[in-house]
Amino acid sequence: MAITPPSSIDPTRESLAPADLEAPIDSSAGQIAGKSRSMLRRGWEVFAENKLALVGLGLVLFMILFSFVGPLIYHTNQVNTNLTDYLCKPSGAHLLGCNDVGYDELGRLMLGGQASLEVGVAAALLATLIGTIYGAFSGFIGGVGDSIMMRIVDAGLSIPYLFVLIILSVIFHPDPLVMIVIIAVFYWLGVARLVRGETLTLRTREYVQAVKVVGGSRARAISRHVVPNAIGTIIVQATFAVADSILILAGLGFLGFGIQPPSTDWGTMLSNGTNYVQGGYWWLIYPPGICIILTVVAFNFIGDALRDAFETRLQRR
Amino acid sequence: MIGFLIRRFLQALVVTFIVTIVTFILLHLLPGGPIRALLGPRATPQQIAHYNVLYGYNRPLVVQYWKWIIQLLHGNLGYSVKLNETVAYGITQALPKTIVLIGLGTVVSLIFGIPLGIYQAVKRYTVGDYVLTGISFIGYATPTFFIGVLLIDWFAVSLHIFPTEAPQGNTVAQVLSQPLGLVLPVLTYAFLGYAGWSRYMRSSVMDNLVQDYVRTARAKGASERRVLWGHIFRNSLITIVTLLGLSLPALVGGAVIVEDVFNYPGMGLLFFNAAQNYDFQMLLGVTLIGTIATILGNLLADIGYAALDPRVRYN
Repeated sequence: MAITPPSSIDPTRESLAPADLEAPIDSSAGQIAGKSRSMLRRGWEVFAENKLALVGLGLVLFMILFSFVGPLIYHTNQVNTNLTDYLCKPSGAHLLGCNDVGYDELGRLMLGGQASLEVGVAAALLATLIGTIYGAFSGFIGGVGDSIMMRIVDAGLSIPYLFVLIILSVIFHPDPLVMIVIIAVFYWLGVARLVRGETLTLRTREYVQAVKVVGGSRARAISRHVVPNAIGTIIVQATFAVADSILILAGLGFLGFGIQPPSTDWGTMLSNGTNYVQGGYWWLIYPPGICIILTVVAFNFIGDALRDAFETRLQRR
Repeated sequence: MIGFLIRRFLQALVVTFIVTIVTFILLHLLPGGPIRALLGPRATPQQIAHYNVLYGYNRPLVVQYWKWIIQLLHGNLGYSVKLNETVAYGITQALPKTIVLIGLGTVVSLIFGIPLGIYQAVKRYTVGDYVLTGISFIGYATPTFFIGVLLIDWFAVSLHIFPTEAPQGNTVAQVLSQPLGLVLPVLTYAFLGYAGWSRYMRSSVMDNLVQDYVRTARAKGASERRVLWGHIFRNSLITIVTLLGLSLPALVGGAVIVEDVFNYPGMGLLFFNAAQNYDFQMLLGVTLIGTIATILGNLLADIGYAALDPRVRYN
């Protein structure tokens, strides 16, 4: 879905089933280093066996190189408009033609890729961080506090989130930093719900109870024991969050609430290109569209494979 | 069951209350405030002050909220000065059309998603499965507006099969009287949901195929068709009801984009225009109604879940 629901409620991404949680990913906090390394290696083996995951990883690396290293090789002027190049066709001078104000389209793709990737990754990290802390805390304290904290999440998830995103983008001038915060403000809700669910099963474990017995603080139990044991779910969720954030940014770009010129992002470029859909200006439409699709698919592949890797034990059944 | 319903209803009320507060505060952060948006950039400070007093925007936020909520309880959603009509009128015009779009789109996506997902699970790891998986991955990764624009380009501009624009009109009947115009918006909308449903059905059926009850059914001599449709399909439906309820916020959000692409006069377009015009009262009203619809949908999904699944008993 272009504008996607939070992944926790997303039917395409079955998260770890409760039964799988019974056997924690790392057996406990007190495990020996050698064992931990072999777990990692086995996880990587499962990941690497998955051809799609490697394709996804390759695509992401390519997009990063393309967006961040590309401009060092392929020099274009992305600051000053040049109306003599208005909608020029792809040629030796402009490999992918020009857009409606004469910016070189290939160079613009690189610039837009920087924004899309930066916003996608940063928003996902921020949302995952907030959601993890909130969810772990809520699940850990339980009782009335948990109920109140979760009702707040429910309320947030009940507002059709594109409404909130649009209101927020109208209120704040949308530059990349603001977009990161805006997307994260919405996205953390789903993460919080997921992590809270994990915490509910983890907090009854002996090694978590033991922290209390020896006088450790709540924060210590959460940060040292609950979160590390839920890390598989959290990382998988974060990967999907990157894909979703890129799509959300694209959707906002279409509605005109994306990153403002002279900077740009893939969604804004694509949306701008769709104004010329009837003139045969394919280079304004398909390249940014394909960039978005490839990147989002790549992160989804990686997320799928990571989930399998974290469920290594399931593979050996 | 009655107790569960009452508790669930009270929860929904609390959630709605929180939502009204959040939306109210959010909208008061709009730059320049509602009066500046109304009078335009050349309004003098005196004029703005005058109208602020006139409309009560100079009062403390709590007082404004209180007045709004009291009006709301009397069924008064406010007045959109931009559109020169009541918010309630705008919403009653737009909401049924959005329901038509979301309803048709969801039904079409289920009609394709469920059987194809089952097919994929039965024929797993074959060429057909891989192709369909590829389609759903691409469907998942494509921005909605891109799908919409491509469909317009291919089927409306190049092939002249369908009109470029969604049906226009004030009433649902008028909209429904132009079925050709509805095809592309509904297809765009359905493609959005298809990826999710087919992926879900595939994994759900694959999980169910190894369950004990399936083995029992086979041992009793049930035909493969009966096992698939009489047992597995019916079990998966229960979860689909829940997922439908949970995906409502996303469905409503998707409507904003689809309605904008096809200029379909529903809630999404109403909201989008209101956001561009800083139409304070309309934004508040549409967000509130959209949220209440979502909460109601979730409530219905919960009840449906309990009604469908004999194992679920709420005490």
